[in-house]
Formats: sequence, C-alpha cells, structure tokens
Amino acid sequence: MDLKLKIWRQPSAHADGKFVDYQVHEISKDASFLEMLDILNEELVNKGEDPVAFDHDCREGICGMCSLFINGRPHGPDTAITTCQLHMRRFKDGETVTIEPWRAKPFPVIKDLMVDRSAFDEIIQAGGFVSIATGGVPDANAIPIRKQNADLAMDAAACIGCGACVAACKNASAMLFVSAKVSQFALLPQGKVEAKERVQMMVARMDELGFGNCTNTYACEAECPKEISVTNIARMNREFLVAKLS
Amino acid sequence: MTKLDSKIPNGPLAEKWTHYKAHQNLVNPANKRKVDIIVIGTGLAGGAAAASLSELGFNVSVFCIQDSPRRAHSIAAQGGINAAKNYPNDGDSVYRLFYDTIKGGDYRAREANVYRLAEVSNSIIDQCVAQGVPFAREYGGLLDNRSFGGALVSRTFYARGQTGQQLLLGAYSALSKQIGKGAVKMYTRREMLDVVKIDGRARGVIVRNLVTGKLERHAAHAVLLATGGYANVFFLSTNAMTSNGSAAWRAYKRGAFFANPSFVQIHPTCIPVHGDYQSKLTLMSESLRNDGRIWVPKKKEDAEKIQKGQLKATDIAEEDRDYYLERRYPAFGNLVPRDVASRAAKERCDAGFGVGSTGLAVYLDFKSSIARLGKNVIEARYGNLFQMYAKIMDANPYETPMMIYPAIHYAMGGIWVDYELQSTIPGLFVGGEANFSDHGANRLGASALMQGLSDGYFVLPYTMQNYLADQITVPHFKTDSAEFEAAEKEVQERINKLLAVKGDHTVDSFHRRLGLIMWDNVGMARNKAGLEKAIEELKALRKEFWQQVKVPGTNDGLNVELEKALRVADFLELGELLAYDALNRNESSGGHFREEYQTPEGEALRNDNEYMYAAAWQYKGDDQVPELHKEPLIYENIEVKQRNYKTA
Repeated sequence: MDLKLKIWRQPSAHADGKFVDYQVHEISKDASFLEMLDILNEELVNKGEDPVAFDHDCREGICGMCSLFINGRPHGPDTAITTCQLHMRRFKDGETVTIEPWRAKPFPVIKDLMVDRSAFDEIIQAGGFVSIATGGVPDANAIPIRKQNADLAMDAAACIGCGACVAACKNASAMLFVSAKVSQFALLPQGKVEAKERVQMMVARMDELGFGNCTNTYACEAECPKEISVTNIARMNREFLVAKLS
Repeated sequence: MTKLDSKIPNGPLAEKWTHYKAHQNLVNPANKRKVDIIVIGTGLAGGAAAASLSELGFNVSVFCIQDSPRRAHSIAAQGGINAAKNYPNDGDSVYRLFYDTIKGGDYRAREANVYRLAEVSNSIIDQCVAQGVPFAREYGGLLDNRSFGGALVSRTFYARGQTGQQLLLGAYSALSKQIGKGAVKMYTRREMLDVVKIDGRARGVIVRNLVTGKLERHAAHAVLLATGGYANVFFLSTNAMTSNGSAAWRAYKRGAFFANPSFVQIHPTCIPVHGDYQSKLTLMSESLRNDGRIWVPKKKEDAEKIQKGQLKATDIAEEDRDYYLERRYPAFGNLVPRDVASRAAKERCDAGFGVGSTGLAVYLDFKSSIARLGKNVIEARYGNLFQMYAKIMDANPYETPMMIYPAIHYAMGGIWVDYELQSTIPGLFVGGEANFSDHGANRLGASALMQGLSDGYFVLPYTMQNYLADQITVPHFKTDSAEFEAAEKEVQERINKLLAVKGDHTVDSFHRRLGLIMWDNVGMARNKAGLEKAIEELKALRKEFWQQVKVPGTNDGLNVELEKALRVADFLELGELLAYDALNRNESSGGHFREEYQTPEGEALRNDNEYMYAAAWQYKGDDQVPELHKEPLIYENIEVKQRNYKTA
C-alpha cells in the first residue's frame, strides 16, 4: 500500500517543531508500523536526510519504550496494543497518517517523536517499592495470598510505563500509571505494611512533576495497551483518603 | 598457554558456596562508602546487583541504554523462572535442578557454578515474593508451578506470560528505592563504548550520552558488565533492537577472554519470518508446549497443498498428522529441550513437510487441550500470548493452530568468568547473559531469569565484596589520568572514522547481510566448509563496511545511525569469532550442531575426549588469530552420558 505521512519533526528539545510530509510506497500490509518507519528512514538515509527519531526496543509490546500518537490516538488505531504491535493492515491504501510524539508538559520532546519520560521513574523512586533489602525474607509460601487478590495485583502490575495514559488524557494526568503501582502493592500483604506512606509520597511527587488532575474521562483506560482498569484509580483514591484521615 | 584459574572452592560440591561465603573477605560497613562500583545494564543481573550492592553501602553508578532502567530486555522473558522449591511434591531437589541444568547444557557447563545456581534458586523466589512480585497462585493462596522443557518436574514459577517483566520490575523497584535515597546514581540513555584499565585492573568506562553525543568518563574501583547477549549478530533474533554485543566485545579487546561464542540458542517456538523488511522475530513462550502439541502433515502432498494455500491445518485429519516430537521422544514429548525441538522442526521442514507459504513453519496446536480443559483455562494460562499471536499473524489460535519456527534467541557463550564471576581482567565482573557461566551448550527454559537474579542478588554482592576488601585504601579515581584520556581518544577516533566513510550503504543493509551469512552458515546446522566460507565472507563484509557504510549526521547530538554503526562494526568482528569457535569445535553439543558429528538418528554427537572444555579466546590484535585457552570441565558428581529424552 502507499501512504502519505505527516510526521512531527523537531531537531532538539528547545527547537521549534513542525509537521513534514513524506510518502511511502508498496508497504506490505503484514509489516508492522515501526517497520514501515524503518523503511522510510532507510530511504531518508539513502537520500542523505536526517532519519526520524522514535523510541522503540523490544518490538513485542512489553518494554514500553515505543510511543507515538498516530491519527490522534496513542499507539494508533487498534486496542490493547503498543505501536510496535500495530500492523499496516489497520490502514487503507492511500490514507494520510499523522504521527506525533506524546504531548504532555512532564514529557518534554527530546527529538522528533522521542520524549523524556523520566518523570515516571521519579514517581516510582518516591515510593513504588517495598522497603526490603536483599536477603533475610520469609519463605515464599509463608504468607498465603487470596488468588483473587493476586490476580488483581497482576492486572495492575501489567503496566509497561509507556505513558499512553498521560498522552491520552486532556489533563495529562498520570493517575492510571500511579494507581496501577499503588494498587499492586495495596492488594498484597507484602505491600500493605507501608501502603499509607507509599500512596502519599507517590501522589505528592506526581503533583510536583506537573501531571494534571483526573476528571474521570477514562480516556486512559481506553488507550492503555495493557488494559489497566480505572478501578485502580478508585482504589488509589480510597487508599489516599484513608492515609490522610488516619 | 595461560592457565585459566576458575577458582572453584575446595570441598564437596554441596558445601562449596557455603564454604566460600564463610571464608571470603568482607568490607566493614563504614568502609563500603569509600568504594565505587560501576554497573552497566539494568536487566535482571545488573538491576539486582546494583540494588543489592547499594543496600550493602557501596557507592554505585548504573548505566542503561534505554530511557529507563525498567526497559532492559529481561522484561521480554515470558514463561517463568525455575527453582528447586519442590512445592508440588513431585520429587524436585537442588541436586535434580543442578542435574537437569548440566544435562540440558549437554555437559559443557561448570559443575560448581551450576550447583550454586540451583542452590540459590529458592532464595530468588522468596526475595521476589517479598518485593511484591505477583506470581500466579492457586486458590489456596500458595504459589502455582508449571513445567518447562528438559525437566520431569513442575518447578517453574510464573506471572502469566509476563514473568520476565514482573521480575524485572521487582529488581527495578529495588533499584528505584536506592536511587530515591540518593544511594545509586542512575544514568539513562548511555551506551558503554570502552573499559578503562589502570595498572591492569578495570577502573572505569567510557560511555556515550545518546542524547547529546558527548563522551563521558566514569571511574570506579570495580566494574560490572550485565549487558546481555549478542544474538543480534544474526540480525533477526528475538532480542530487542538495542541489544548488542559491544560492551562485551570492548572488554574482549581489552583483555577479557570470550568463551564459547558459538553456543547460541535457537528457540523452537517463534513466529516465522515473513518478509525481507522484517526487523525482528517474536518469541512465543516455551510454556505453550505444556498444552500445545507440535505437528506437521504425515503426507508430503498435504504439506505441499498447505504451502500453496490449497489446504488449511484444520483440513488435515487426526491420523494424517505427525506429532513428531511425541513420536521421536516419547518420555519428554513436546517438552524436549530447545535445541532438540528446534532441530526436529528443521529436519521436518528440510524434508519438505513444513507448512505456511514458505514451508518453513510447523504447527503448535491447542485443539486437544481446549477440548480437555476448556477455552477458559487456556485463555487464563496463555491469553496474552494468544493475543500477541493474533495481532501479528491476523489468525485466531483458539481456532487454528499457531505456526512457529525456530529463531535465534539467547547466547550461552559470553565473557569467560571464574567462580566469582570475575573476567580475566581483574576488577571486571560479568553477570547474566553477558557471561558464559551456567548454561553450557544449551540453556533450559526458565533458567535465564534464574541465572540473572542469582548472579545479581546472591552471587555478585558476595564475590565483588571479596575483591574489594583490599581496595578500601585505594582513593577514588580521577578521570583526568592518561589512561582515561587515551581510552576516550580511541573511542572518539572510532566515531570520527565511521562518520568519515560517507559511503553508499546504510548500516542496516550491512547488518542484514551479516545476519544472512550467520544464519546460513553458523546457524542451526553448521559444517566445516560452510564455516570456512562464512569466515571469508565476514572478513570481506567487514572491509566493505569500513569503505562503504553511510552514517549521516554528526556526533553532536542524538544520532541513531551512528549508534547502530558502532554496534554493527563490533558485531562484524564478533560474528567472525563465533564462526571461528564453531569451526574449532569438532563435535556437536547443545545449540552447536555440526552436521559431520551426529548419531545415526540425527542427534548431537559430542566428543568428550577432545572437547570437554570451555573454549576461552584471547584477543591478539585486529586480523590476528585469537589464542585459544581451554578450561577443562571436570564432572565429579554427575555421570556424563549421551543426552536421552526418549526414555525417562
């Protein structure tokens, strides 16, 4: 198939950016979206032009490195996938495809389609862990955990930290990301011990970093490649309230 | 010949590690803060080691190539992690895990290391549960297990099909805790381009800031490489796009020996290759072989019709299907080790029984499991893998069998290390896939996660401390010394040289050609003539690369093409060493299959008299033949046998 691409080009963090039009030809419908961009970049390099910078790594939907806002949607026009799992059969021959970086103040552009998501790491560093050191822990089966809770914790822990939730939100809220980590630990006895401190530290850090508030549009859940549920946000709000009141 | 000292502690096998820990040197808590450690890589080995060493009180600096330490390629491991807990009461033990790992590795791994790995495996599960890793559980609230290839017990712990992700996020959370406290200095989007030696010891690294292009110098009392494997030398592999061999290769060129490079693993269950624009291959977890049955048509004419699109898998009657693994290996069936399963698939496809449009695929069928257990159970076990398959292949694996084919997946070979995981450069430690230590000629499923975390949480924090005990009076190193100056200059010159070529061919085009030479001649089946041809072709390709490669842009800022060029330049050299090692090893063992050496049934035929050693190669200069050092492998606790998966 042939496609017209409108791609956001921005040389560096502080430079102005703009959309630039490109054409790609005879792309297989079985190619992945990133392979289509590889083909474009190969052409650009051959012409002596600067290839389009974009983040990617595992190319199987788990590392969370790839991003891209495609035709107005994080990770493009399919559900429950990352951009690297998006295939060209989702597009029509001759279609115009608009490709932008994540747009949120806490995720500044590094170059073209690449953004800096270290704000997510900073939130985890504020409390997204169990404060134990290596060694000296009890046997793994010493504390039975209700299967239902373990499964819910796993649902939340499936987050890949890609930032699609923030990109999808009109307020650039990180509530889905933060609540997924808060929930995972709140649901497990190992995490319960410091649950009160954790939720307060992580929420405070999230606010400091400039993420917006949640206004319950649920765009985050709709676009999350791992289908993390907004019930995690409700759980975090409850955890936060309990922590504040007690 | 230099004698390799593997520093295996004396005493009975089961007491070696306990004995080592009881007698090793320690560093007083107040002195630990005087000692600096550099960790390269934040996968399971690097992340776990960095967190643990920092918890002990050492000054740790950590570097990763991605934008966050949470994204290292350990994250992509799907199926599980082994441990000898024996929770299912099915006869497992530390000895049995040790035995299975040595046997699975086709008797080419060091007994003492593997025993230690099996011994600490249980602590890993305890540690991860305490960190809040949400492993799969039974209704009674206890941990669930499943089986993996090469074992007759269920010893694999798992978190759906995302075990690697959950374990890595556990290590990442421990690391984040230390970063948050200011106890670890984290550097992201950095790539290590050289090791710096002072007076023969590793004392630092040169890294490139991938965003600014600036070269940086970092010094420490000891350096740990946990930079993963080099499977991307084959271009198409299941590794992530940035996974590369450069850190290990640079260490090799500075004097660290490279061991068993030809031992690479070909994973039997990957999605088949479909086009020449393809950038990578996707793995389907080995855990699928618990419930999936592998087959091809019994009749060649059926296979041919399937290849032409005239028949579908579901058109083939039960009696016309050849479940070839169950036929050839009745005891282990679909759960034979990876090397055995891969070769069996290749054998059927080469004989013309393959399926898919290329004939280079076999079926992995869940029909009988779905009939037996119900769709819900299969969905709960493998839902995310089925979804992944459906998105890539546009086919529903609940209704039609998956198509799979072997692909390059893992490097058992790597930097040679002794029992302490120290390379032949004093002060340079190597952990995880980057070292060669525990898997011999073939790694069993769910053992990579075990080894990464064993090295990171429970081995390196002890052994590095032993090395550092006499370093407490050595002051912090400055980075303006002549050694750092010279190392940075060399890196800068390499970069300038690449930018100056201004040829006509992209980096990827060279990488693709390298991959084809490797896959065709140094892949699943190798022979003398093919290997000799490959070495000549690789030399020619390397020469062409340095005359024809096109690297646009400059070194002042983000330049992805330059990053790739630096990696491919090293892969071109590494590929040659890999072929050289394969040529030297006149036997078949594990993932290394030489067509000249097979049993009448087509199984790998080892030559224990001549090749029961780890081949450690020493760099002797560009275009010089590397020197081979042999570490003899001595089996005192296991009877060495022809591997047999036909009977229990």
